Amino acid sequence: MNISIKYFGFIAEVTDCEEETISFSGTTISELLDVLHSKYEALKNNDFQVAQNQSLVPFETEITGKEIALLPPFAGG
Amino acid sequence: MRYSRHTILSEIGQAGQDKITNAKVLVVGAGGLGCPVLQYLAAAGVGVLGIMDFDVVELSNLQRQILFGTSSLGQNKAEAAKKRLEDLNSDISITAYAEKLSYQNALELFSQYDVIVDGTDNFETRYLINDACIIANKPLVFGAIYKFEGQVSVFNYNNGPSYRCLFPNPPQKNTVPNCSEVGVLGVLPGIIGSMQANEVLKIILGIGDVLSGKLLCYNALTAQTTVLKINKSEAIIDAVLKGKDTFSDKQTEFNCEFLTEVVSIKDVVSKENIQFIDVREVHELPKVDLLDVTAIPLSELENSIHKIDGEKQKVVFCQSGIRSKKAVSVLKNLNIDNCFSLREGALEINNHIEKLEGFKNLSVKNK
Repeated sequence: MNISIKYFGFIAEVTDCEEETISFSGTTISELLDVLHSKYEALKNNDFQVAQNQSLVPFETEITGKEIALLPPFAGG
Repeated sequence: MRYSRHTILSEIGQAGQDKITNAKVLVVGAGGLGCPVLQYLAAAGVGVLGIMDFDVVELSNLQRQILFGTSSLGQNKAEAAKKRLEDLNSDISITAYAEKLSYQNALELFSQYDVIVDGTDNFETRYLINDACIIANKPLVFGAIYKFEGQVSVFNYNNGPSYRCLFPNPPQKNTVPNCSEVGVLGVLPGIIGSMQANEVLKIILGIGDVLSGKLLCYNALTAQTTVLKINKSEAIIDAVLKGKDTFSDKQTEFNCEFLTEVVSIKDVVSKENIQFIDVREVHELPKVDLLDVTAIPLSELENSIHKIDGEKQKVVFCQSGIRSKKAVSVLKNLNIDNCFSLREGALEINNHIEKLEGFKNLSVKNK
């Protein structure tokens, strides 16, 4: 299945793109993150949450949607 | 007359304007976000405004902190903002708190206000504000920025989720860069702060859909807005509420930046036994030639300990006073004591020394 992944803030600097589509055959967000971690090693040093179809979800959630987003916290003000 | 453009709106009217007049809003942090929030809330006539900020106005703030001008440099931000806002609207009551928010003062302070606005620039204070809002049961209008992107939400509103429901715990220290380290587009906090002011007014007026349970993400470069749904975690909120009785016993574990002792060039320039350390990269200008300076770029600091004089007090400077704070925290982590960060950047240091009469007699280089 093709999944579109959106990266926010400094996560997009780690991945060097704001959006990409990857082919993925697993079932959960965690498994998808494993794929991303092996693709982008620096990702594991970053805190972020994951949204599926514009809704923030726990990592053990099953992937049902085609749109995933990685959202880091921002400190700046 | 002042509020006629509000009162002629059928959604607001005189009744709505009266709600604004009766509202009490506390803005924590009078920086990039706090300035536009305060400006619009004061202009709108929010009856009681609290401004909390312990920091002083620096030249590098003026690129985005729109309440301040060159005449405010060196002044406390809360005081300077109050002065500007009193000119904008003398009909409202403004209180400046020139101090840090702490576990000791947060609950008592928050209890005096209806809405709390987070315009701070660090996670420790953001989590402190969030938890205090949960315990004091106050809605929290949240905004945060990074380079060209911003986040806005309203937490703890009508039993909605809190910031911890989105990000349960602060990230590990030094993993998330802040504006001072990476820069920020000046207009971005203006946009995000204006959105926060808008949410405050919607809460006060009871109109529209408050951004509760949702995080709005804005990208200034693409003009894209993404709204993500946040689910409430009762367990997380209960855990915060359980800590209610011991809340004021807690100590802020502010990152080292906030424990850094900041000094001014005027206080140290004529002192003896000081090693001045320039932590800028070697290519950065202007050079500070009038002082005896040890150049150690921040990136090389940890591996250049041998260049640091253990017998002297260390006064660290950079271009704007930001990296120097970081450098001091690096040195402290290496158990090097007697380190201070200079508030002024290289240009201001040069200006100050040049102005000093007889500066050649001070601990300066023979040129």
